[in-house]
Amino acid sequence: MVNARDVVLGRVREALAAAPPRPVEIPRDYRRERGLSDQRRLDMVVDRLTEYGAGVYRCRAEETATTVAAALSDARRIVVPPGLDRSWLAEFSGSVEVDSGEFSVRALDEVDGVLTSSAVTCAETGTVFLDASSDQGRRALTLVPDLHVCVVELSSVVAGIPEAVAELEPTRPITMISGPSATSDIELDRVEGVHGPRTLRVVVRVDR
Amino acid sequence: MSRAFLGLPGPPPRAPRDTGYLRGQRPFPSAAHAALEDSQQRRNLGKATGTIRDKRARMVEEVPDWERLRSAGAAIKADALARLPELLERFESAVTERGGVVHWARDAVEANEIVTRLVADRGADEVLKVKSMATQEIGLNEHLAAEGISAVETDLAELIVQLGGDRPSHILVPAIHRNRAEIRDIFLREMPGVDPDLDDDPRSLAEQARKYLRAKFMDARVAVSGANFGIADTGTLSVVESEGNGRMCLTMPETLVTVMGIEKLVPSFADLEVFLQLLPRSSTGERMNPYTSMWTGVTAGDGPREFHLVLLDNGRSATLADGVGREALRCIRCSACLNVCPVYERTGGKAYGSTYPGPIGAVLTPQLAGMHETRDDPNASLPYASSLCGACYDVCPVKIDIPSLLVELRHQHVERSRYTAEAAMMRAASLAMSSATRFTKAQRASRLGRVLGGSDGRITALPPPFAAWTSARDLPVPPRETFREWWESEQGRAAMARARREAERGEW
Repeated sequence: MVNARDVVLGRVREALAAAPPRPVEIPRDYRRERGLSDQRRLDMVVDRLTEYGAGVYRCRAEETATTVAAALSDARRIVVPPGLDRSWLAEFSGSVEVDSGEFSVRALDEVDGVLTSSAVTCAETGTVFLDASSDQGRRALTLVPDLHVCVVELSSVVAGIPEAVAELEPTRPITMISGPSATSDIELDRVEGVHGPRTLRVVVRVDR
Repeated sequence: MSRAFLGLPGPPPRAPRDTGYLRGQRPFPSAAHAALEDSQQRRNLGKATGTIRDKRARMVEEVPDWERLRSAGAAIKADALARLPELLERFESAVTERGGVVHWARDAVEANEIVTRLVADRGADEVLKVKSMATQEIGLNEHLAAEGISAVETDLAELIVQLGGDRPSHILVPAIHRNRAEIRDIFLREMPGVDPDLDDDPRSLAEQARKYLRAKFMDARVAVSGANFGIADTGTLSVVESEGNGRMCLTMPETLVTVMGIEKLVPSFADLEVFLQLLPRSSTGERMNPYTSMWTGVTAGDGPREFHLVLLDNGRSATLADGVGREALRCIRCSACLNVCPVYERTGGKAYGSTYPGPIGAVLTPQLAGMHETRDDPNASLPYASSLCGACYDVCPVKIDIPSLLVELRHQHVERSRYTAEAAMMRAASLAMSSATRFTKAQRASRLGRVLGGSDGRITALPPPFAAWTSARDLPVPPRETFREWWESEQGRAAMARARREAERGEW
């Protein structure tokens, strides 16, 4: 019996044979390297994230713990991925639990927030990329709690989308986040916070 | 392998007639008349399309290499279609290597059977859905319901449409025909466990949907999604969304089933650098949509333990067999063409009778599901649901020349049907056009319009079944200069301004 795979592939081959396409040259003359200064990338990412309704905190490396504590001020119990730099939590007075995959989704639903790092960030669109590395955790970790505080190093902020995509390892689970979730489904009125964390705060560290 | 062995006696078959949503109940003109009488819907649509149109224009304006991105996007999709057999096989092995299971579906019937079996075999009687045009196209929810499985739409607008027992009216904002009071009533009537004191503030309505769906996400066993892009080299899939329901469905269940049309492939991961710029700005008029997820097969300790991918033909290979019409398969479902279309703005999506409405729907639907030669096949009326104004082509992020495709499909339909006088006219026009090799496609569209128009330059009547459409209004016919000249001329601007004013007054 002929299987569906062979039939579909056969049809596609026949279709192309019926009207052979010309070989296509892909023009890659769009911007792939924007080369913006640190200051420009910083200003841009802060501007975009603010416009999306995310909280933005700028700090130098030595201010990380106090800044993270400020960003977590309304959370008493948080969860972090196993590879997170724990020194960032030195000033946080609430309780911290580490998820290495043992938290059920219901348990994640009961914590106040999550603190993670990030893989790469695109300044032009204000997009933070998570790639499920050990300092970012599995996808459910940054999805179920209602508050996500995310630390972004300025050195990991690139200007445009092509530069960001080039930094990614394609086969890892990747989540791109551009502000808190939102819907405009009812009369086009924007409502922020539908299913993901309703509050997103980004701590941008301007040096290391 | 021989043609006979593969059971291929002729061109690839179109999508089946009696399964799914690729054909309306009645021809466009009569469906449009009914839609035009709904003044609430017309106001909502006018507001929605106008708002999104303006946002899109602002977002495109700030990208200096927009035209170069469009050219790259068009070329990447054209390249993928030209190499589709090779890329499909590469994609299949990449997904399989990463622990996914690939299924092939010749048509809607087969895809529905595959998904239903996967769900039933896991003992689930409920699946969560991410907004997906492919599963809407094949009528998956209805098929699942007939098999005793309830499919719960998790996108807010899709949920509103589903609870309201309704059909979507717009690709991007499917419930745009409902206002807040109607939505509140639908929730109060249909949503289990709803707060009886629910008010109609969009914030309260969204909060109510969050509560209702969160309980379902926590217990999800199987979710069904579509896909915006499939990456042939790596086997990666991507879903682009706003609300986070997509992330929930892609992350929380034990089993994920993704239904993807075979035309959604792009060759390499790096190609996303083009589409992740084109799609959000064209679609919602944002620099970036709130969430985009990418996954490749299964990842231990993160997300579903099982991943099944259903690759769907359902008329796509038939569309690919047309050297001109195949251009429609580049579509990335952004809906920019809907928002600029003067016809769509007035009639809304439901009049097209298909999952794919608007200008792109008018060229995609008849190709996927065919145009029958009977007088009243709704799909045969779709290529005429346009004034060929060309705005859809200008905004298309992958440069699909929709006006030329509409003309081509009108030509094909007339060729096959028996309106001899018109057929002769169309043939004459097409001969004239094919010999004039230097005509641009836009010129072709415009001149053909003139051929169809009378000596006074207006199309006042078309043969049935289009008579009803032209009886509603005279279609202005582009004059002798090229379409683009006309569009930019005083006369062109005035005609469009008039159409806009009429729309604002709701006169049409």
